Amino acid sequence: MSERLTRLVSRSPIHLALGAIGLIWLLPSLGLAVTSFRTAGDIASTGWWTILTQPRFTLENYANVLGTAGTGQSLLNSFIITVPSTFLPVAIASLASFGFAWLRFPGRDWLFLGILALMIVPIQIALVPALQLFRPFGLTGSYVGIWLAHTAFGLPFAIFLLRNFFVQLPRDLMESAQIDGASNLRIFRRIVVPLSVPAIASLTVFQFLWVWNDLLMALVFVQNPEQRPLTVQIGSLLSTYGQNFTLLSAAAFIQMLAPVAVFFGLQRYFVRGITAGAVK
Amino acid sequence: MAARSRQFQGFLFTLPALVMLAVFLVYPTLFTIRMSLDTGRGLQLREFVGLENFERLLTRDRLFLDLSKFPPQGAIFNNLQWLVLYPGLCVGLGLLIAVFADRVRYESVVKSIVFLPQAIAATAIAVIWLLVYAPDPNVGLLNAGLSALGGDPIAVIGRRDTVNFAIIIAAVWGGTGLAMVVFSAAIKSIPAEIVEAARVDGASGWSIFRHITVPMISLPISVVTITLIIAVIKVFDIIYIMSRGGPNGASRVIAYTFFTQMFEEGRGGYGSAVAVLMLLFVIPIVALNIRRFRADAIIR
Repeated sequence: MSERLTRLVSRSPIHLALGAIGLIWLLPSLGLAVTSFRTAGDIASTGWWTILTQPRFTLENYANVLGTAGTGQSLLNSFIITVPSTFLPVAIASLASFGFAWLRFPGRDWLFLGILALMIVPIQIALVPALQLFRPFGLTGSYVGIWLAHTAFGLPFAIFLLRNFFVQLPRDLMESAQIDGASNLRIFRRIVVPLSVPAIASLTVFQFLWVWNDLLMALVFVQNPEQRPLTVQIGSLLSTYGQNFTLLSAAAFIQMLAPVAVFFGLQRYFVRGITAGAVK
Repeated sequence: MAARSRQFQGFLFTLPALVMLAVFLVYPTLFTIRMSLDTGRGLQLREFVGLENFERLLTRDRLFLDLSKFPPQGAIFNNLQWLVLYPGLCVGLGLLIAVFADRVRYESVVKSIVFLPQAIAATAIAVIWLLVYAPDPNVGLLNAGLSALGGDPIAVIGRRDTVNFAIIIAAVWGGTGLAMVVFSAAIKSIPAEIVEAARVDGASGWSIFRHITVPMISLPISVVTITLIIAVIKVFDIIYIMSRGGPNGASRVIAYTFFTQMFEEGRGGYGSAVAVLMLLFVIPIVALNIRRFRADAIIR
């Protein structure tokens, strides 16, 4: 008993430090969440922390921001932009990674090295010429432009991640399938993809969050205000209404919901994807 | 014949990716390099001007680099502040939290709380911290704290001398989780016998940290540092939302300058020159990055 007590006392600085850290990392997001459920009058007159003494909540801000300020459409747009921009690069990268990992063709290793080099190219350098490419095809006013741009810019990292995983699959399995006369496409679909579900899932989660949370590419490639995603919408709420936290807090909270759901629902894949993908 | 068809197939599997990359990444990069040597008005090639854009950027653009004052000012200098503070604070705090959390039972709770911002958009992090920094002490937590201590409220985002630090702190809050998670995994892979042996020999907690933990995870530390440095060179979203580069350009960085020159001013040549500079700043990191590829096995 006394031993446990001395342990607790000797470790109290650690507990205090971790407590402080927990508060610093919790309070800012908690503040936003609480603010989004308070009335405009309350937000302007008292701090969000006063809900401890006078709890009073409303869904008004969400109704306002979704209804009148066009954020509802932006939420839909975010999905329309993100879903194809996630599945296209994952599919194209899976095919390519299989080629780079298991098929022999001239120049393979040089091409792969070139793709690794592309991983570090800042996307800024490609934005304007890519935009010009879409113009003659009328793609600047549609979602196709941003789908293609996200797909291309996501590929180098996606291929890097998947190829490294595919290479580690057992060689015997591939060879015996080849001897049995299985085509490459069949080997890819029946052996490589099923065995690589964890890696493909990590990549999917990573790419989904990357696109969902993107602001820069959406600012450049989505030129029709009706089509802008939540991140751009938050920027325009700020420039239209200034620091009006009734609308801002609700819009930001809506934007955060999908990532937070992914965080809690798919944490294993999420952590792996983020730590591997930090280079982007 | 069969071998030849297999070869052809290998090429076929990679073809969609190669076409996408060539069209939307390689060609645009080369085009931007060409445009950086042009006036590029209206985002079109107009007139070849050689290195004039670069010369003006580095010597005559006060918002980009102003060496006439002390300390120097401008986007490059602001980015330099980011370069020192952001990776430094993220790595330092990440290490501290990983080491401390390793010794308590509620480790996973602390780690989840600090890691959560990794899932959140920089845009949302910006809004979260705009609320913390709100100048009215009845709205913003920071100024509520200051006035509770008897101080005057500060509009940290509205002042030239505080705006960069304020945004960097918000970014560190978002970025520390990555460092912490990587370091935490690395610390757990240190063999328990080594730490035990040191403890038997009478080593203190600090000297175990200094002489065993840090050296054993030096590779992950350098990997994370490089990762964060690359992120700093590209930082844009959080500044766009929090301050729009203001007040009066005081919080502009390189990527922000690119955006305003290119898309707000429509100066294609000048903006391209900024983008080319970004690429030139990232290239030295490739050399360091080679180490990262070798370290990859350690991270996962």
